Amino acid sequence: MNILVCISHVPDTTSRIDFSDDKTSFKSEGIQFIINPYDEFGLTKAINLRNEHGGKVTVVHYGTSSSEPTLRKALAIGADEAIRIDGHPKDSFSVASELAKVIETNQYDLIIAGRESIDYNGGAVPAMIAEMLDLPFVNACTGLEIEAKEAKMEREIEGGKEFVHATLPLLIAGQKGLVEEADLIIPNMRGIMTARTKPLSVRDLSSNGIKCTSLSFEKPQPKQACTMIDAGNEKELVTLLHQEAKVL
Amino acid sequence: MSVVVYAESSNGLFKKGAAEILTYAYKTAKSLNMKCVAVTLGSTNELQQLSKYGIDKVVSINTDFDICDNKGIAEALSKVIEEESANIFILSNSNTGKTVGPRISVKLDASFISNAVEIPQSHNPLIVKKKSFSGKAFELAQSINEKVVIALSPNAFHIAENPNSDCEFSTFEIDKSNQNVNSSGIEKAQGKMSLAEAETVVSAGRGLKGPENWNMIEELADLLDAGTACSKPVSDIGWRPHSEHVGQTGKAIAPNLYIAIGISGAIQHLAGVNSSKIMVAINTDPDAPFFKAADYGIVGDAFEVVPRLIDEIKRFKSAN
Repeated sequence: MNILVCISHVPDTTSRIDFSDDKTSFKSEGIQFIINPYDEFGLTKAINLRNEHGGKVTVVHYGTSSSEPTLRKALAIGADEAIRIDGHPKDSFSVASELAKVIETNQYDLIIAGRESIDYNGGAVPAMIAEMLDLPFVNACTGLEIEAKEAKMEREIEGGKEFVHATLPLLIAGQKGLVEEADLIIPNMRGIMTARTKPLSVRDLSSNGIKCTSLSFEKPQPKQACTMIDAGNEKELVTLLHQEAKVL
Repeated sequence: MSVVVYAESSNGLFKKGAAEILTYAYKTAKSLNMKCVAVTLGSTNELQQLSKYGIDKVVSINTDFDICDNKGIAEALSKVIEEESANIFILSNSNTGKTVGPRISVKLDASFISNAVEIPQSHNPLIVKKKSFSGKAFELAQSINEKVVIALSPNAFHIAENPNSDCEFSTFEIDKSNQNVNSSGIEKAQGKMSLAEAETVVSAGRGLKGPENWNMIEELADLLDAGTACSKPVSDIGWRPHSEHVGQTGKAIAPNLYIAIGISGAIQHLAGVNSSKIMVAINTDPDAPFFKAADYGIVGDAFEVVPRLIDEIKRFKSAN
C-alpha cells in the first residue's frame, strides 16, 4: 500500500504566541516547532498500516528549508521518504493545490492529513484536495481499517460517531483515535541515524495562486482579575453567576 | 446579488447553531445591501421558523443526504449558490460545514475563510475577523476572490430575531450523484449534550483522582443542562472518552459558562476553552494558572466544593 501523509510544521503546543511589531506576521524566533499533533496520529497510523500490509509511507510538507528537521523527524519515526515543496505557504488554497499536484503525479492508495493545523486552524486543506482530485473524503476520522481496496472508518460527528466505508484511493483527515497517544512513536537512535540517509526530495512550486491573505493579527484582550470566592461560600458563586455574569 | 446561508438541520429539526448562522447572514447581507437567501437540505416541517431571522427567501432541497456524503452536499449547495448568483456563502464551522465549505470554495472558485467571529468589516475586498492559533489570537483575513465562503465559529455571534413576513419559499430539485462515502450506522453518545452546542460545559481534570469520581461532575452537568468535558491527560489515561477532550489538540469550545474542576489550566488547555464567555475554576492549588484566566475562582478541594455547589444550585433552581 502506497500511503502519503501530509505534514504541517507548527509551533509547539506550549508556545506563547506573539506577532511582529507591525502585527502582520507570526514571530517564530525562539519557538520550538513540531509535527502538527493531528498529523502525527496520521503518520503513526500510516506506519502501522504499512507494517501490516506492506508498501511505503511518504510524507509531504510545504515549507522552507527551515522545516527540514520536522521532516527528518517524520523519517526517524518511520516514514520511508519525504517530499518538501519549497516555498512559504500563504493560504489553504495554495497549500491544497501544491499537495494535489504531488498526489496527482504519484499513485497513492491512501492520503492522510490532520483534521487541522494547530497554528492557523483553517481545517480546509484536506477537503479542498478531495474536491480538486475528486477523492472520497472522511473528515474527523477516528478509526481506520483496510481490507484489500475497502476502507472501514469511524469518524466523529456532533453528539456521537459514525461508521463509514469507502473504496481506495481515499483521503482522510484524522485526529486522536486513529491511534492513541500512547501509540505515538518516539524515534530511537537507530531511527534517527537511518533518517539521515532516507530520501528527501525538494519540489519547486507549481504556481503561486492564493485566494486569501492575512492582513494582521492581534491577541485577545487580557481578562480582568479573577474574582476569588472562599471555599464554603459556594452560595456566593451561584449569586454572582446569576446576577453579575448572568449565565445562570 | 445575494448572500446565501446554509441552515443545517438534523432529522428534520434545525440545529441550535442555525439561528446564530441565520442572524449572522442577515446582518452581513444587510450591511452590504443584499438579499439573504437560506438554503436547507432534506425534509423538515420547520421552514417557517427561518423567516424569524430576517431571511428574504428560503430555498429547500427536499432530497435527503447522508451526513457523510460531503461530495453530494457540496454539489447541492453549490447549485443553489450559482442559481442565486451569490458572491457570499455562509455556513457554520460545524463538522459538516468544515467538510463541505472548502469543497464548495474549490468548486466555485471562491476564497474560503473559516472560524469567522464577526460580520465582514468591508466588502470588495472582503475582510473578516477570525480566530487563529487555537484561540490564542485573532486574524484579519482578506479574500482575494470576489466570491467568498465564510464558516462562522459556533457561539461567536449573538442571536437576534428580525421577523420577515415577506419571506418567499421555494424548492429546488437536485439530481443526486453516486455517493463515494457510505454510512453503515451512527452511534449516539448516550444522553450527552453535544459539546459544540452546549451553552454550559462542566469539565474536570486529573484533580478528580479517578474515573469513579465523575458522578458528581455528571450530576452538576445534568443540573445545569450542560455538556461534560475533560482535560487531555484524563482522556489519554482513558478515564473519559476522547470526544470529551477540550483543549488545543482536542475540541475548541465557546460556551457561555465553562466550569473547570481540578484542571490546572495549562496553556494548551486554555487555548481550547478561552473563547468561553465566563470561566469558573475550582482547584486546590492557589497558584494554578487557571486562576489567571478564569472570571471566578474557588481554591478548595473539589470533593468538598462540588457537592456544596450542587446543593446551592438546587436551592437556586427551586427558588427561581
